[in-house]
Amino acid sequence: MDSVHDLGGVEGFGPIPVEADEPVFHGTWEGRVLGLRFLMGFWGRWNIDGNRHSLEQLPPGDYLTMSYYEKWAAGVVNLSVEKGLITRGEVRAGQPDADAERVTPPVDAAGVLAFLPKGRPSSREIDAAPAFNLGDRVRTARNMHSGHTRLPRYLRDRVGEIVLHHGAHVFPDISFTMEGDAPQHLYAVRFDGREIWGDEAEPGHCVTADLWESYLAPAD
Amino acid sequence: MTKKPPHDHSHPHTLLPSDPALRAKAIETLLVGKGLVDPAAVDALVDTFSNDIGPRNGAQVVARSWSDPDYRARLLGDATAAIAELGFSGMQGEHMVAVENSERVHNVVVCTLCSCYPWPVLGLPPVWFKSPEYRARVVREPRAVIAEFGLELSDDIEIRVWDSTAEIRYLVVPQRPAGTEALDEVGLADLVTRDSMIGTGLAMQPEAS
Repeated sequence: MDSVHDLGGVEGFGPIPVEADEPVFHGTWEGRVLGLRFLMGFWGRWNIDGNRHSLEQLPPGDYLTMSYYEKWAAGVVNLSVEKGLITRGEVRAGQPDADAERVTPPVDAAGVLAFLPKGRPSSREIDAAPAFNLGDRVRTARNMHSGHTRLPRYLRDRVGEIVLHHGAHVFPDISFTMEGDAPQHLYAVRFDGREIWGDEAEPGHCVTADLWESYLAPAD
Repeated sequence: MTKKPPHDHSHPHTLLPSDPALRAKAIETLLVGKGLVDPAAVDALVDTFSNDIGPRNGAQVVARSWSDPDYRARLLGDATAAIAELGFSGMQGEHMVAVENSERVHNVVVCTLCSCYPWPVLGLPPVWFKSPEYRARVVREPRAVIAEFGLELSDDIEIRVWDSTAEIRYLVVPQRPAGTEALDEVGLADLVTRDSMIGTGLAMQPEAS
């Protein structure tokens, strides 16, 4: 979707806000939010793509002014209501509904610590052969949809070169709906700075992004 | 008679307290109260990300690649497996690629669409990495952005920006500083900063002895 999260190349921002000796968490609440959002994912009602999409759907002004963990807090509440794990009334009251069934958490401390070193690989085996080879020149899609996608706006309708083939991976544009992994071949595609930004591009730079096969067509 | 309730379509999060700490507390109280989350599991995650997972992990990987040519070859060939050799793997590092700096090429990593970051080797990202400023600017004016970190790269060095748009996570392998021949891996790892593994810095020079 064309929202404000898609920030690459947007002009008008100031200096990078570097904080010396930054702590891992600014206040204990940030860590609690990280844990809550992480653990609620174990209910299996959404996946990483749905998680990202929940943040993209925040109003643009909020997206730019809320801190990272404020966005995470909003995202987990919005998803939990949308997927029926909690109700709006419970959020408003700050406690479970009187008739709410008490459930058992899907993962405990030992379980989540055992999960971390494994993670959730997005690679999948597929029968289809890759459509592109290293060195091929490809043009990215121009058309876009209003769901979740990982083709950034600044790389649409641009010509680049395939520099890595990562194998097949879960396709976010479908995965976010929980209707399947729909894996496709995934490539690192390199774009020259002038191809993206035109004559005013800084000299001597390129941008490489990881793009799924259906975002790409032969350039020539 | 039907009457449309006010704010019916507002995002549920707007129903929470406005103070972030109170908001987090309210969410935890509700989720734990319903049995949706085990608070001890939150404790475990906070402890792990505060104490066990951070850029010292990545520094060990870089130091090993500087001192062991066979390891370097494995890292550049299959970074996920090479990093797992040192015991680092998993969430947000399931698919790793290592990109090496040279005299002519400097790599820098960003996630313009969200905040993707290689957790097993670098820990959680700093605020600046997640900021709109960095995400918007580094793909368009990488030389100017890197200069803000105090690193002036000459125009004959090509800058390669890697935008983490999929589940592939990139680790920059900075150049080994001159004058470090006598250092062992532990000493070398001390020179490897977080920013040098993102690409907004270089490895530190050893202190003159």
